[in-house]
Amino acid sequence: MQKPFAITLNPGSSLANHTGSWRTARPVYLDRLPPCNNQCPAGEDIQGWLFHAESGNYEAAWRHLTRDNPFAAIMGRVCYHTCESACNRGKIDEAVGINSVERFLGDEAIKRGWKFAVPARESGKNVLIVGAGPSGMSAAYHLRKLGHAVTVMDAGPYMGGMMRFGIPKYRLPREVLDAEMQRIADMGVAVRLNSKVDNILEQMKSGSFDAAFLAVGAHIGKRAMIPSGDAAKIVDAISVLRSMEGEDKPMLGRRVVVYGGGNTAIDVARSVKRMGAEPIIVYRRTRDKAPAHDFEIEEALQEGVMVKWLSTIKQAGMGDDNRQITIEKMALDDKGFPQPTGEFETLEADSVVLALGQDVDLGLLNGVPGLEVTKDGVVKVGADLMTGHPGIFAGGDMVPAERNVTVAVGHGKKAARNIDAWLRGETYAPPPKHEVAQFEKLNPWYYADAPKTVRPMLDIIRRQSTFEEVQGGLDESNALFEARRCLSCGNCFECDNCYGVCPDNAVIKLGPGKRFQFNYDYCKGCGMCVAECPCGAIKMEAEEI
Amino acid sequence: MSALQTVKFYQTGTFTVGNRLLAPEERSVQANMQRTNSLNSGHRACQGCGEALGARYAIDAAMNATNRQLIAANATGCLEVFSTPYPETSWQIPWIHSLFGNTAAVATGIAAAIKIKKQKGQGQDVRVVAQGGDGGTTDIGFGCLSGMFERNDDVLYICYDNGGYMNTGVQRSSATPSAARTATTMPLGPEPGNPFGQGKFVPAIAMAHEIPYVATATVADLRDLENKVTKAMGIRGARYIHILVPCPLGWGTASHDTIRMARLAKETGVFPVFEAEYGEVKSALAIRRPLPVEEYLRPQKRFAHLFGKTPAVATIARIQAQADKNIRRYGLLAKEVA
Repeated sequence: MQKPFAITLNPGSSLANHTGSWRTARPVYLDRLPPCNNQCPAGEDIQGWLFHAESGNYEAAWRHLTRDNPFAAIMGRVCYHTCESACNRGKIDEAVGINSVERFLGDEAIKRGWKFAVPARESGKNVLIVGAGPSGMSAAYHLRKLGHAVTVMDAGPYMGGMMRFGIPKYRLPREVLDAEMQRIADMGVAVRLNSKVDNILEQMKSGSFDAAFLAVGAHIGKRAMIPSGDAAKIVDAISVLRSMEGEDKPMLGRRVVVYGGGNTAIDVARSVKRMGAEPIIVYRRTRDKAPAHDFEIEEALQEGVMVKWLSTIKQAGMGDDNRQITIEKMALDDKGFPQPTGEFETLEADSVVLALGQDVDLGLLNGVPGLEVTKDGVVKVGADLMTGHPGIFAGGDMVPAERNVTVAVGHGKKAARNIDAWLRGETYAPPPKHEVAQFEKLNPWYYADAPKTVRPMLDIIRRQSTFEEVQGGLDESNALFEARRCLSCGNCFECDNCYGVCPDNAVIKLGPGKRFQFNYDYCKGCGMCVAECPCGAIKMEAEEI
Repeated sequence: MSALQTVKFYQTGTFTVGNRLLAPEERSVQANMQRTNSLNSGHRACQGCGEALGARYAIDAAMNATNRQLIAANATGCLEVFSTPYPETSWQIPWIHSLFGNTAAVATGIAAAIKIKKQKGQGQDVRVVAQGGDGGTTDIGFGCLSGMFERNDDVLYICYDNGGYMNTGVQRSSATPSAARTATTMPLGPEPGNPFGQGKFVPAIAMAHEIPYVATATVADLRDLENKVTKAMGIRGARYIHILVPCPLGWGTASHDTIRMARLAKETGVFPVFEAEYGEVKSALAIRRPLPVEEYLRPQKRFAHLFGKTPAVATIARIQAQADKNIRRYGLLAKEVA
C-alpha cells in the first residue's frame, strides 16, 4: 500500500486493543433469590410468575405459578401472604399486591378453564394419600405430575378438608374451592370420599400401596376446664365451623361468647355475626399478643364483633336461666403472661364456643412400628417429612409446623418430591438456594413511581349480614398494573441497562429471553453495569492477578 | 420522557435503557441490537469514562436520526486521544480530527462542501456533527464556535463537559465548577479551589446567539439525551447540545459512580437539564427526588477540602445558592401532579 509522508503503519480498528487486560475485577451475571420467594411457605417462584403477568401472558404466569402450588385462586384468598411483608418494594412505597395478582390468575384460570396436563408416562408406583385437605391434595397434584398413581382417601363428604370445614365462605367461596379441587382429580387422581382410614398399615397392604402420605389435619377441638352448670351450652369452634357447611346451622342463640384469640376464634365470631347473633370474643391477653392476624381482628371489629381483651372465663351456665358467665380480668406481668386480678364481671351468653386450638386424631397410626408422636400430640417427621416408619410420610397440621393453608400446601410439595425419590430408592436433595436479593443490592432509581392498587372492599353492611366474599378481586388492568410494580429483585428482566451503560460496548445483547453476556476481551471492570442494574442481577468478582 | 408513563404503567417506564414492555418503536437507540456502536470497543478511555459513554449515546442517536449519513469533526482532547491512537481508530463513522480550537470551523467547511456537492448533483445529503470537550469548546474553540452560531451554519455542535482538561493532568477550564480542586486551582489559601465568580455556562451563551436549538443533557438520562439529539438532527442551522459527562479521574470518583454522579448533578440542580429554541427556554427535565448539593459534592475528591475537620459551610452554601438559582431560572422543580 502506498503510504503518505511520515505514515508507516496501516490503519486499523481499536478492536485490536484488548482492554480487558486492565481489569482487576469482573462483572458476573447471577440470579439472586427474591425475598418474596424466600419467604413463601409453598416455595412459589413469585418473581418468576409475575414476570409473565407483567407482559400480559396470564396463562404462562398461571402455569409458572402452578409448578409449585396448584391452588392460585384459593391462595389469592386465604394465604396470609407473608411474601408481601418481605417485598422490597415496601421500602420504596408499598409492597406489591402479590396475593391479589395471584387471585386474579387463579380466577382467570377457572374462568378460561385451564387444566393441568395428564402425565406423559406412568411410573407404575402406587401412592396412598390420607386426607383431601390442602396438604393432601397438593401432594396428590405433585405426585401425579411425576407419573405416580395416586389415591386420596378422606373421611369427609367433600374435598378440601379444613379449607371447607375451617374457613368460612365469606373468605373462600365454595365454587372456587370446588374448581381447584376438581382440577386435580381430573389429572387422574382417584378420590375416595366418606372413606375413613382406620389403620394405615392394613390400608396400604390391602390397596398394595408403595408409599403413603398422611395429611389428616387437626380436627379435634381442645377443651378447657370451665366449671359450668349442666345446662350450659359449650361447643368447640371446629364443630361450629363444620356445621356451617351443612343444612343444619348450629343453634347457638343470640349472645355467643367465643373463647380464644386465634384466627379460628375470629372466623367463628365473624360467621355467627353473619347469622344474626351478637358475638363477644373473650381472650386472656391483649390484641397485640393475640395469635390471630391483625387485619382479621380489624375486619372483625369493623363488622361489629365485640372483644373483651385480658379476660378469662371462670364459670359458665350461671344464673336462673343458665345464661350468665363469669369472667375474670387479667393483667400482663413483666414477662407478658396474663395473671388473674381478682376482679370479676358477668356476661350474658346463650352459648360458649371454645376456640382454643385443635388436636390431631392419630387413631389410624395405632400399632405402626417406628412411628413417634411428640408431646404436643403431633407426628414426628424428618426434614424429608418421612415418619419413623419407612414409606409413610406426613405433613400439614398433623406434624410440628405453623398451621395454615400455605404451609400445608408447601408440605404437600415437599413430601411429593421426597416420596418420588424414596420410591426410586434415592434421597431427594433440594437444589442449593441462591443468596437473597436484599434491598441494598437494587438501584431503585429506575423504577417508575406507582402506589399499590387498593382492592375494592365490599360495603360494610353487606359484610355484616351475608356470607358474600369480603374482599373483591382486581380487574385485568389493575392486575397488570400491580404485576408491573414488581422490582424483579435479583433476577434479570432484560431492561438493557448493562447493555446501554457500558462505556466499552463490552456487553453483548443476546436477544429477547436470552439475556446478556460480557465480552471480557474489552470489559475494563469499571462496575457501572453493577451499579446501574436495577434489580441486582450482576456482581463484581475479583480477578486472579 | 414522562409522557409515555402517564398513558400506562411500564414497571421501569423510560428510566431504563430498554423495556421489553414498550412497543419496539418506543425503545431507545441504545437498546437496539443493531445500534451503530459509533465509538467501538478497544478505546483507551479510563474505566467508567463518562465521555466515552456520552459520545456513543449521542453519535449513535445522530446516526439513527440521519439514516447513517453523518460526518463528525472532532476537536483535540480526551475523546480524540483515547479513540484514535495511531494507527487505530474506535470510530465506526466518517470522522476527522481537527486542531484543538477549530473544530466548529472545520465542521462548517464540511457542511459547506456537502451543500455545494448537492447543488452540483453529486452525492447525497450528509449531516455534520462537531464535537469536543469543554476545553476545546468553552475555552480554545470558543471563537470558531461563536462564529458558527452567528452564521447559523448547518452543524450540530456537541460539547462533552467534564469540567476540565483531564487528559493533560486535570487543569482548570472555564467550565470547571466553583471551589473544585484542579492541578491549577489547588485547595490552598482563603478561597481554596476554583474561584467563585469565574467561568461561563456556554449553553446560555449559545442561546444568546438565538440559534434554532440549544439543549443540555447528562449521561444519566439516556432517553432525554437521545430525544434531544434526534430533535436536533431534524432541524437545519446551528444547534448546540451540552452534555455533562462525569470524569472519574478528574472528579475523584469511583469508576462505577459515573452515571450516579451525573444523576446527582441533575437532581441537586447543580446542572440544569433543559432545551431552548431561538433563545427561549422551552422545557426542563424536572428534578425527580430533590437533594441538597452536599449529596453531589461529598463523593468527589475534587471537593474533599469542603468536608475536612471543619466543613466549609459557607462555601457549600454558595454552591447551594448556585443550584437554587438554576432551579429558579430553568424551572427545574416538578409541578404538582394532580
